[in-house]
Amino acid sequence: MLNTLLPILLFAALGLAVVGALRRVNMWRRGRASKVDLLGGLLAMPKRYMVDLHHVVARDKYIANTHVATALGFVLSALLAILVHGFGLQSRILGYALLLASVLMFVGATFVYLRRRNPPSRLSKGPWMRLPKSLMAFSVSFFLVTLPVAGILQADFGGWLLAALLSVGVLWGVSEMFFGMTWGGPMKHAFAGALHLAWHRRAERFGGGRSTGLKPLDLSDKTAPLGVEKPKDFTWNQLLGFDACVQCGKCEAACPAFAAGQPLNPKKLIQDMVVGLAGGTDAKFAGSPYPGKPIGEHSGNPHQPIVNGLVDAETLWSCTTCRACVEECPMMIEHVDAIVDMRRHLTLEKGATPNKGAEVLENLIATDNPGGFAPGGRLNWAADLNLPLLSEKGSADVLFWVGDGAFDMRNQRTLRAFVKVLKAAKVDFAVLGLEERDSGDVARRLGDEATFQLLASRNIQTLAKYSFKRIVTCDPHSFHVLKNEYGAFNGNYLVQHHSTFMAELIGEGALNLGQHKGNSVTYHDPCYLGRYNGEYEAPRQVLRALGIEVKEMQRSGFRSRCCGGGGGAPITDIPGKQRIPDMRMDDIRETGAELVAVGCPQCTAMLEGVVEPRPLIKDIAELVADALLEDAVPTKAPIKREPAEVH
Amino acid sequence: MNTNVISLVSIGAHPTSGRPRRAEQDARAVELGLQMAGDKLQVLHAGNINEPTLRSYLGMGLPQLHVLEQPAGSDALPVLSEYLRDAGAQVVLAGSQAETGEGSGMLPYLLAEQLGWPLIVGLAQVESIDGGVAHVLQALPRGQRRRLKVRLPFLATVDNAAPKPRQSAYGPAQRGELAAHEVEIEQDELFTGAVLQPAKPRPKRLKVIKAKSGADRMKAATAKASGGGGQVLKGLSPEAGAEAILKLLIEEGVVR
Repeated sequence: MLNTLLPILLFAALGLAVVGALRRVNMWRRGRASKVDLLGGLLAMPKRYMVDLHHVVARDKYIANTHVATALGFVLSALLAILVHGFGLQSRILGYALLLASVLMFVGATFVYLRRRNPPSRLSKGPWMRLPKSLMAFSVSFFLVTLPVAGILQADFGGWLLAALLSVGVLWGVSEMFFGMTWGGPMKHAFAGALHLAWHRRAERFGGGRSTGLKPLDLSDKTAPLGVEKPKDFTWNQLLGFDACVQCGKCEAACPAFAAGQPLNPKKLIQDMVVGLAGGTDAKFAGSPYPGKPIGEHSGNPHQPIVNGLVDAETLWSCTTCRACVEECPMMIEHVDAIVDMRRHLTLEKGATPNKGAEVLENLIATDNPGGFAPGGRLNWAADLNLPLLSEKGSADVLFWVGDGAFDMRNQRTLRAFVKVLKAAKVDFAVLGLEERDSGDVARRLGDEATFQLLASRNIQTLAKYSFKRIVTCDPHSFHVLKNEYGAFNGNYLVQHHSTFMAELIGEGALNLGQHKGNSVTYHDPCYLGRYNGEYEAPRQVLRALGIEVKEMQRSGFRSRCCGGGGGAPITDIPGKQRIPDMRMDDIRETGAELVAVGCPQCTAMLEGVVEPRPLIKDIAELVADALLEDAVPTKAPIKREPAEVH
Repeated sequence: MNTNVISLVSIGAHPTSGRPRRAEQDARAVELGLQMAGDKLQVLHAGNINEPTLRSYLGMGLPQLHVLEQPAGSDALPVLSEYLRDAGAQVVLAGSQAETGEGSGMLPYLLAEQLGWPLIVGLAQVESIDGGVAHVLQALPRGQRRRLKVRLPFLATVDNAAPKPRQSAYGPAQRGELAAHEVEIEQDELFTGAVLQPAKPRPKRLKVIKAKSGADRMKAATAKASGGGGQVLKGLSPEAGAEAILKLLIEEGVVR
């Protein structure tokens, strides 16, 4: 009896899966066009899945091994089951292979079950709690129905009762695994995820690459929407990306805004986008809500504005664009892109940038700096330094990009320290002086693409007048924008963060350095240097050269926690339960370090805003400048180093 | 409320960079107008239609901005008053003082005089308009408000007590229409004939604080700065009044 029932069940489920898949594909196609290599992507997908995606998953060994067993077991079992039970190829070898595959899947499913016994809060519950049981039902049922094929048991073993039980098991299994995969069950992640990897918007990310610059809006195209108002304004492969989410909540666990109790949860945001693309309410969401916002009050559909229907504006403005969620996401979903896309609509169409946002943007337009300071004062911090101007020299090895920190008294100390280092190393450098403008970072993160492009094109025009070998800056935000985002406007430069440059200088022996004196030191990785540009090593190298042994924080390197200063978050200032810099300071205190080395004016400002007593905050440039030895006594340097070993 | 509201706008200058921008007070006039009339608000500018800064007013969500085309140095007064009279304006809002050009703050007074309308200085809020009469709040120093009843049509200037202007957004700014109107051009003799020179900062009145306690200092910091020797003159002949004023001006060193 099973021999007639099994093919029917299998092919019915597969048929329904195909219908569901077509329906899902049509939902994605509501999005706007996007240029991707359809065929090439599909061909590259297996490698992306098994290498790039696995790298991210493998940070958690338990779930990586579990997933390999379950997924591999399932794919093999499914294929073999179709051959053996669907097409009736009753070969013993295939039978044994299917048995083996289902055992593998069962082992994996058992570990999934164990993780789900007491799941961490970041995991979604609801249908996801059912999944390990469905996996077990699938693997056990197929194991048992295959025993006769392998010749281990008689075909009619167990009698009617078992046969009935097994068919229920198979029905459950194939419903979840085949039919559920395309009709929105938990297994949807496998179907949408595979296609998402194939047609990812940032294919450069695969194969060890990096793609972090925001995509420009084409402002000359009057028909294109300015940002995303409705779910259908996303590109189709963005929609597909949202659908790929496995709700593992790694993003939620890494998000600084969520931890601070601000109304943002990256996982919920992506799920809300899924609700938007399919239509419905968020009532079925079975994970942590946006802090302070109950579940079930929001709904949407592809043709309805997202903000104040599906998602509240505060949620979008809570993001610091630190990219911790993107870094953690095993599906390589681009949360920050989506958030900035929606912010663009709010700023460019609605004029609804909250709090100080409007003022900052107006200042950027009228004074080229967010503080509204007189542009003529841009070089006041260096009045006594006699800095060479590029407009006078015409060319230099190094263009020192000062950034808007020039107007901030705290950051001026960093800038002056770095100039001291440059002079000590006898670098041929120059500054743009009054010709420099804000890089456009804040404007772009606040969604004001028009002002960003205005600033970018003017800066690129200025830079085109001069010849220099590289740009060096103390500000990772300018660094990122100049390096990764000006390229789209024909501004291609070799850009370096000052830590990278100083590491090079030290490597060449251009600096006569003593040792850092006194207190123990930890290092805070700026998001825009680390996660955005992969520079974790140079700052540590510089610190090591100063004789500092960095007391690493638990969250450092690519897991570094944001200071709260990125993405215009201090400007939009969405209230939460605690402040992000306070949390980061607690991380710093945990190491017992008395000083925290930083490499970013935003981080400096945010961390120094934490009330005393707290560890001291010093920029790497300041530490290097403090350790510089006078040229007159270079030979005595080794002797001078000894006192550093006191304590 | 179906009132015909017109807001007058000019090109501003950023206080630190001097670059053209949407004038702060004029933007407040537009904001107040939008709150009163919504989409029906008319916004009017006399000057160069090709000035890109005009779009920053459109960015507040205006579908259209009317421009009476004039070259620099023309007198805006006659063309504005003619337009306002023909347009059947009931409420005309303007900033108190322009940030560029002459910036004398005289325009609203001269306009009101030409049109023969009442002028409210420092309008903060319009409470109601009913049967040709408006109830409005006028801003006085230190957050005080005076409720006024005024007959339509009237002209009002707004200052920083009026509602903060909404953000100017790029999309509507690009889509909005600048409607040109050809007008007769009249040279502003007073402006073009005069020589402009940088203003000297007005000397500050010395404030001697003799306070001994914190409370006294607080009082000194918050109380009105006054000469103390003020007097109210009532029922005087014009000559006697003028004499008293002249005496004070000489005492204060304004007239020598």
